[in-house]
Parts: sequence; C-alpha cells; structure tokens
Amino acid sequence: MPFYVSPEQQMKDKADYARKGIARGRSVVVLQYDGGILFVADNPSRALHKISEIYDRIAFAAVGKYNEFENLRLGGVRYADINGYQYDRRDVTARGLANVYAQSLGTIFTETNKPYEVELVVAEVGEEPAADQIYRLTFDGSVADEHGYVAMGGQADAVAQSLKDRYREGMSLTEALRAAVESLEAQDSERRLEAKALEVAVLDRDREHRLFKRLPAARIEELLRESAEAGGDGPAAGAEEESSGD
Amino acid sequence: MVEGRSRVASHDSHTGRLPGLFGSPDTSSFTEFLGGYSPELLPGRRTPPASAVGDEIPHGTTIVAVTFPGGVVMAGDRRATAGNVIAQRDIEKVFRADEFSAIAVAGTAGLGIEMVRLYQVELEHYEKREGRTLSVEGKANRLASMVRGNLAMAMQGLAVVPLFAGYDEERDGGRIFSYDPAGGRYEERDFYSIGSGSVFARGSLKKLFRADLSAEHAALACVQALYDAADDDSATGGPDMTRRIFPVVAAVTSEGYRRLGEDEVGALAQTVVDGRYDSPGGPTAPLR
Repeated sequence: MPFYVSPEQQMKDKADYARKGIARGRSVVVLQYDGGILFVADNPSRALHKISEIYDRIAFAAVGKYNEFENLRLGGVRYADINGYQYDRRDVTARGLANVYAQSLGTIFTETNKPYEVELVVAEVGEEPAADQIYRLTFDGSVADEHGYVAMGGQADAVAQSLKDRYREGMSLTEALRAAVESLEAQDSERRLEAKALEVAVLDRDREHRLFKRLPAARIEELLRESAEAGGDGPAAGAEEESSGD
Repeated sequence: MVEGRSRVASHDSHTGRLPGLFGSPDTSSFTEFLGGYSPELLPGRRTPPASAVGDEIPHGTTIVAVTFPGGVVMAGDRRATAGNVIAQRDIEKVFRADEFSAIAVAGTAGLGIEMVRLYQVELEHYEKREGRTLSVEGKANRLASMVRGNLAMAMQGLAVVPLFAGYDEERDGGRIFSYDPAGGRYEERDFYSIGSGSVFARGSLKKLFRADLSAEHAALACVQALYDAADDDSATGGPDMTRRIFPVVAAVTSEGYRRLGEDEVGALAQTVVDGRYDSPGGPTAPLR
C-alpha cells in the first residue's frame, strides 16, 4: 500500500538511520604531526583494516559498516591506479578522490532506500605540513576540508573534544600517538587501549615512493612507552573527565 | 576515458550502485579491470599492423641478471637502436617492479616500457586490494600472461621479451625468470641474459659467475658481461666514459629494490674499462 512521505522526512529518516549505524562502531582519529599524517583506529583486528593505503601519498580511513567502506576503498584504489596509469603518478590527488567519493555517496544517499552507514577520511601528505590535505566525507556525500585533526565514529564528539585539548601544531610522532590514544580512550570512561587493540599507520613525508606505512604492534608499544617516559600525563589530563559524560 | 566512465556511471545509476569504478566485476587484477573499463588501453587488445614492421622502430637490447647469496643483481645497457642508427643512448630498461622485484625488457622499446608500467601497477594494485604481495611465482606467472598477450604484435616484428628477478623470502635468495614471445616462463639458475647481445653476455657470465659472489661483485660481473656484449654486438652500448652514461644496475635483497647510484656504477665501469687496457678480453678464467 503506497502512501506519501515528504522528501524532507525521507531524507531525515535516512540520515538518522546512517548516523545510528555509524554511532554503533568504534572511533578513528586522523591527525597531523611534524613528519606527516598519523592514523589511529580503535580496532583489534589484524585482518579487517579501517586504515588503508590508496596511493603514493594518499591514505584512507573509515568507520561504519565494513562491507560498505571496503567497497569504497577498493573503488578508490581503482580510481587512483587508473588515473596514475593513464596520466602520471603526480596526477592522482586526494581532492580528486574525495570528489569521486562525494559523488558516489551522494548518489547512494539520494537514490537508494538504504544509505551507506560510513564516514571517511581521505588524506594526502604534502612536501611540508602546510601542504597536507585532509578531507572528511559523510554518508550523504558532504565533504569537509579539515586541518590538524579529525575524529569520527562511535563517540566522535567526545573524542574530538579530547583531541582539541591535546592537539597542537608540529607534534612529534610520539606526542601525536599519545594524544590520539588518550582521545580514543575518551570514548568510554573505562576504556584503556593497548598496542594490540590499535591499528596505527602513517603517511610519512620522509619515506620514498609509497609513503604509507603500517606500524606493527611492537613499534606502537615502543612509541607509547617513550611518550609515557617523557611525562605522559601532560597538561591536558583533565580532558577525560570532561568528556566522559556521553 | 571520460567517455568510458560516464557510460558506466549512467548505466549503474539505475540500479543505485556505485558508478563504474566501484561496481564492475570484482577482481584484484588491474589488467583485467582495465580490460573491462577501457579495453583500448590494454596492450593485448590492439590490432597488430597488417604487415611486419621493419627495423625503424627503436629496439632495446642487452639485459643481464646474476644471483648471489641473499639476492639478485640486474643490469641493462643504455642503447636503443633503429636499424643501423642509435635511436637513444641513455634509455633505461631496468625497472623496479615492486619492493622486492625488478623487471627489464628487451625488444621493441615503446611496447616494452608500456608493459613495464602496466606490470608495476598490476603488482601494486593487487597488493593494495588484497593486503598482501603476490608470491614470486605469482608475479612471474602474471608477467607471462602479459607477454603472451603481445604475441600477435611479436609476429609482426614488435616482440617484447622481459626478464624478471625477485627476492624470495622463503629461500633468502634471488630468483630469475626468463620468457619467450609466446609467454613461456622459464626459471633460470644462477644467471641469465636476454637481448641481442645476450649470447656474448652469457658466455662472459659463464666464466665470471661463482656461487659465493657478494652483491658488489655480482654487480661487477654484470658490468663486465655488458662490456663483453657491447664488444661484439653493435646494438649493445658499452659504458660511455665521455658522456658519463653507465649501465642501469639494480640489486634486490631482503632490504628491497635498490638502484645503484651513478657514482657506484661509474666506479664499477671505470674498474672494468681500466682492466681492459691491460686485457681487452677481460678477466681470464683458469684453464683447469
């Protein structure tokens, strides 16, 4: 039995549906540090990645439904490789990729009954920090050009608030990882994240050719230990209490 | 390509699926995907010329590869010829295939370089999609099918024959694979050479190879062999001391692919050339 639903209501329902789906998952943060861009996900799985390489200088991070963002990731790899093959490797940009994603997500959101329950970050590391690009894409295809840091996923607001207190420009990798992990712990007042429960990768400006690199658990542990020794409970220790209300 | 993309996109928008790049058959092979997406870009899909082409199209020549404990070294001279003319004196024919392998081509230069580009994307594409690299055999087989795709062209005089060398983690050593124009894949032991000067280079390597070569000595053996090839084959270029154009030499080990710097190869070339003043035939092997 067909009955009328106003377009406004329809869009609102879809958006609520997508938001709910995303809110169920755990969070991912992306932030700049002096040597590149750091990606940290609260993800204990070694096989199902939330953070991936797309191209020489471009990486992808996602939250939400795995099969949906995995589909987008695979498509993104194709987009990048086909453009790099036809033109030149330099002609593959995060901006171009973000546009393709925005178009796809927008089309799916308006034309299908079930929107994608995903949120993405597409980041490209530049020659210097000022040239870094971070794009955040939401389920309806909107794009935001972000600077410094991004948090998305389950308790994104709490994590973002915590990151805001901890983030500053030109942090070292150790400091940035510390800030990211502490912010992810803000998802939940009792949450303590160990190296094994983290998926960490960087776009390292100083590497050659392909700048994306996953950090193995041992390396993450080492970095966390270093930061703890360097006086881990720094100035922003109060942030966790502030944001644990959600 | 813009046309191709919009065609697929409009088709998919009815079903609400992701446009072209995302919705097409699921494969981690870039070549296969390219074949569906814009087939005209695939080397193997082109109509070969009706009659055999002469030698006016540049051809690349000699490639050598030598294994040593822990890896493999590959080197190529810098000459491309079109008939009796030197078409290019600083062409590069040895490339990084991926982190742990190298590829070099002999034959029609233009088609060879295209094959290398496609092959590089093929390996990286698989790695990014699947989250793992192909096995050395997997990489070698993939290349075989690309060579086979060029068979029709080869019949018209536009053959491309690659040489593939990779580091095998399980064996902690280098492996070499050669190909014939029909896509036959053959694993070679110790060392190998392809291209017009290969007969001379292989003869040279036969006398120079030893199982306990160091990486540096393996590179030196390659430069010696290329010198011998250039000595007897007009299509192979020797080290050009006046212009400082030296062979491209690359080593693949557990550390990954590394192309030797201009100064390193320059020093090797200088050693070889200096040695030849005393003994034009190069190092001599003991008779028994």
